[in-house]
Amino acid sequence: MQTVFRADQGDVTAVDEVSFQIKLGETIGIVGESGCGKSVTSLSIMRLLGKEGRIQQGEIWFNGANLTELSEADLRKLRGKEIAMIFQEPMTSLNPVFTIGNQLIETIRLHMKLNRKESKAYAIQMLTKVGISRPEAILKEYPHTLSGGMRQRVMIAIALACKPKLLIADEPTTALDVTVQAQILRLMKQLREESGAAIMLITHDLGIVAEMADKVIVMYAGQIVEEADVFSIFEKPLHPYTQGLLQSIPGTENNDNNRLFGIPGSVPSIQRMPQGCRFHSRCEYATEKCIHEQPTLKTIKPNHQVKCWLY
Amino acid sequence: MLPYIVRRLLIAIPVLIGITILNFCIVNLAPGNPVDMFIDPNTPQQLVEAKKEMLGLNDPLIIQYFKWLWQLLQGGFGYSFSSFAPVTHIIGERIGPTLMLTSISLTLGLLIAIPIGILSAVKQNTRFDYIITGLSFIWTSMPQFFLGLGLIYLFALHFKILPTGGMLTIGGDDNFADRIKHLILPVSVLTIAIIGKKIRYVRASMLDVLKQDYLRTARAKGLHAFIVTNKHALRNALIPIITVFGMEIPLLLGGSIIIEQIFQWPGIGQLTMQSILSRDYPTLMGLNFIAAIIVLATNLFMDILYFVADPRVKYN
Repeated sequence: MQTVFRADQGDVTAVDEVSFQIKLGETIGIVGESGCGKSVTSLSIMRLLGKEGRIQQGEIWFNGANLTELSEADLRKLRGKEIAMIFQEPMTSLNPVFTIGNQLIETIRLHMKLNRKESKAYAIQMLTKVGISRPEAILKEYPHTLSGGMRQRVMIAIALACKPKLLIADEPTTALDVTVQAQILRLMKQLREESGAAIMLITHDLGIVAEMADKVIVMYAGQIVEEADVFSIFEKPLHPYTQGLLQSIPGTENNDNNRLFGIPGSVPSIQRMPQGCRFHSRCEYATEKCIHEQPTLKTIKPNHQVKCWLY
Repeated sequence: MLPYIVRRLLIAIPVLIGITILNFCIVNLAPGNPVDMFIDPNTPQQLVEAKKEMLGLNDPLIIQYFKWLWQLLQGGFGYSFSSFAPVTHIIGERIGPTLMLTSISLTLGLLIAIPIGILSAVKQNTRFDYIITGLSFIWTSMPQFFLGLGLIYLFALHFKILPTGGMLTIGGDDNFADRIKHLILPVSVLTIAIIGKKIRYVRASMLDVLKQDYLRTARAKGLHAFIVTNKHALRNALIPIITVFGMEIPLLLGGSIIIEQIFQWPGIGQLTMQSILSRDYPTLMGLNFIAAIIVLATNLFMDILYFVADPRVKYN
């Protein structure tokens, strides 16, 4: 798939040559720095790219339907029902002027054939499921009276209400503090086991990936640079970028004045993508070849692919 | 909520008294006095002085003020210096026509500006949006007297289909069609001025809301674009729009001096102008007092509306 956005200077490609599969019951972690195209990938699946964005090339198949060719009306039937999404910012993802009940029941009534009373009962059931005590009172509350963790629980309840087959979680715990993070992750795990949904987990926190994911995709500058099962990634990361990401996790073992490792430089701007390997300017192994030719995704062993000239 | 309203009303009393003191000073600072305005210049000085004495204009300012305040406490604004009729009576006669003119204009303005502003924001950077923002810019910048005179020239003098002014055809039948005919031009000028300004506010407010995360959530739920815009976005965009339309409410009762003057509309605006010219202090003070009450009431009303529209607003 390739996703481009219209800009003043012409089209810019935000996501390019991204291709992956996700099965029911599987959790796939998508990692990378900010600006790597993780969120654009997920919004492409939802076809929520806005007026300026479009999928230029490629196909997205979901349950036998090509999402890139579906009409807006057919997409609306999928959104919120078959494919649901949790966003990064629980503080701003709920509408401030409607009650929690209003926003939760809205989804339920839209996609499920329930009457007013049944939907309310179901909403209470969903809130209880995501660990909210006194769900009946919470239904009448406005978002601003809830904490970030509570709001994210509500978002999860909304997302899971219609039992989606695919749940896209775009940095669901980034804005939360660590203890709440753990609670939300535990909740997502538990709900995954109950529903058997596929989860696409977008994060830049490798700890969360290790905890949750079966398969990992590492994205850099709008492309997939490495794809492997979670064990291979942590045992033997191949791409220098993945290695860098793993080294920059702050550890507690050797904290004797060691400086935290960081990958030098920053992600190139999408308007000025370098020729050759997009990572070459930040890579310590870069050769002449890396500067001029772009590597392709190469299969090193089953379930492990990497886009690098080293292999 | 009720204790809050009571407290606000109590605070309004000293504010109102302060406003009347300021108004009284400003009105009296204007050069000239009522007697000079309506008396024949050849009248002997003695008679002028006698008249001044009779109207109480020779008293110190502070005494005059307290006399006025005493009248107010007894429920009146005194008598006009020019027509000698009770001020409450004069204002009462004028308020009907003003209300008719301004309430129609404000309602039309709301009904036109809000949907067009929303559409303009939703279709941002399209031809429709460019045309609307262009028109609203022209309508905002055009002086009301210019537009008013232009319309009079076009529709009253050139095409001869509408009257040049007034509220009724003199000597004609007082019927509904005749009233409508007289209303069209002044209402058009006021409405165009209102929508010119308000479209820009509605559009800006809507554009701001359309960027918010919760609208992406609403779309991700599978809601129709119409519901996303008109339920989720509009409810949020309305909050700042309340202020902007609230600011027009004083116009409702205060009238528009320029429009009423151009179209000889027998309303409050015209009365204000006449009272200023004849230095009719009691009428002016009455008009100012009513204006002050309207502004204070509008502020309170808008705060209550905020409370209704935005659940995050709390009163302590």
